[in-house]
Amino acid sequence: MLRLLEIEYHKLRYSRSAKILVLTYFILITFIALIASIEFNLGAINFRVADQGIFNFPYIWHFNSYVAALLKLFLAIVIVSMMSNEYTNRTLKQNLIDGLSKKEFIASKFLTVMVFSLVSTIFLFIVSLILGLSFSDFTEVSIIFSDMEYIIAYFVKLTGFFAFCMFLGILIKRSAFALGFLFIWWILESIVYGVLKWKVFRASEVADTIARFFPLESMSNLIKEPFSRLSAVQTAASQIGSEIDKDYGIHWDQLLIVLLWTAIFVFLSYKLLKKRDL
Amino acid sequence: METILSLKKLTKKYGALTAVDNLSFTIKKGNVYGILGPNGSGKSTTLGMVLNVVNKTSGEFAWFGGNIKTHEALKKVGAIIEHPNFYPYMTATQNLALVCKIKDVPKDKIEEKLEIVNLLDRKDSKFRTFSLGMKQRLAIASALLNDPEILILDEPTNGLDPQGIHQIREIIRKIAAGGTTILLASHLLDEVEKVCSHVVIIRNGKKLYSGPVDAINASHGFFELQAKNMQLLQELLIAHPGIENVSEKENVVTAILKEPMDAETINAYLFEKGLALSYLVKRKESLEEQFLELTNQTPSI
Repeated sequence: MLRLLEIEYHKLRYSRSAKILVLTYFILITFIALIASIEFNLGAINFRVADQGIFNFPYIWHFNSYVAALLKLFLAIVIVSMMSNEYTNRTLKQNLIDGLSKKEFIASKFLTVMVFSLVSTIFLFIVSLILGLSFSDFTEVSIIFSDMEYIIAYFVKLTGFFAFCMFLGILIKRSAFALGFLFIWWILESIVYGVLKWKVFRASEVADTIARFFPLESMSNLIKEPFSRLSAVQTAASQIGSEIDKDYGIHWDQLLIVLLWTAIFVFLSYKLLKKRDL
Repeated sequence: METILSLKKLTKKYGALTAVDNLSFTIKKGNVYGILGPNGSGKSTTLGMVLNVVNKTSGEFAWFGGNIKTHEALKKVGAIIEHPNFYPYMTATQNLALVCKIKDVPKDKIEEKLEIVNLLDRKDSKFRTFSLGMKQRLAIASALLNDPEILILDEPTNGLDPQGIHQIREIIRKIAAGGTTILLASHLLDEVEKVCSHVVIIRNGKKLYSGPVDAINASHGFFELQAKNMQLLQELLIAHPGIENVSEKENVVTAILKEPMDAETINAYLFEKGLALSYLVKRKESLEEQFLELTNQTPSI
């Protein structure tokens, strides 16, 4: 296993574009801290984002894991190109001839995906912890470490998404087209959901139930948007007479769906590679 | 002698097309083998199958007696296929270090192998800056990193300029002289003739001949003759029991032999019949002529 990771690390460490993207990604995560300094004046009211409680424990786990997950596209580019470049440079063929088995090839790629997700998760944990400790109103240990399931969900979400990217890289063999396909897939999911919701199962919950199982939808469902949970937003909503009643929690069945997709994508990648003549 | 690779009725079909058709042969340790065939005859597909990059349709192949998984066996093999494939953004040394990791061998031989292929002075240049000849030499260095039991080369001189071809052949000769088993696929006869001790000739995926290069010249050769009286010369030759076929081309008579015969014998026979020759030479068919005969091709003019 260490050998497989070493092989993949060797391939990535000399690639300038991969280094720049990975670096950008981690720098951008630290930029979440900059949200704290957002400040604007609405007439007489001085509004400071940091005072709205977004950095309060345990809410910060939810907020940061949601915002950081938006940046995953930077790593997705690295992952798609580390797959498809093996085809365009024909180095996949050479790797196999040199004695790497197809199983080992997929394993080395997926292990890398896991490492990326894990490092990103740990990084996010540290950044959030520091931010929370500096801005949170509550700093009791029991409160700090509650709601940790958001961090777990973040890891699962990234792994699932990157496994999807890995599969697309192998399927399409060209990084630009694979990323384009990812975008088309995302639109496609919305269209299918729309058709189900407004045509097939009108006025029922069936469409939402089905959409929960779509790959990208299941990943985005893992961590729900945290903004409407802010007390300022809640107050504003109740003032105009609407009550926001939403379940913001992490659900194990939702985690299971994403884990299942991850397994399916890894398995399909392997099958595809095995079937293809190079 | 130890068997390195054996193929049993190996077949590859692409839809209706049979690229490799029931191919069987064995590679023994210490010999230099050539796979000879025109372009598109299935050489690369055959090598692709034994090298784990092309899926076979049926049949079998076994590395080192078959007690070992293909990808494990390939760690003891050095192979280059058509195009040199490396990571363009890595230097020569970095690319070779990666191969070492894949093959599970220590990195201390990189410089030594780069020396063999004359690339030591470019070891820290990025692969993408290399010329085709240099890329091909780097591929050979990479194939040698594990001191392989067998070196497989698929059209190693394809697309190179004469100087590049010469360099590659010199390198191959050096490696062969060191006792490494080599399997060389080529459509170039003189390449195979110059380097190989054994040859497998294939056409349309079928094996036409396999055996030592010398034995391919199993025929008894032919005479080329000239005399003042060409008419009489032909008549006398046709009358000789040891001659199979007589033909004339550009004032030279070619007499193909049915049985072994010295030039002396035929000279004495013709002189006895009252004919003096102005030109007589005995020749064995060259491998090229044999090859063209076997593959039913006409030589290109």
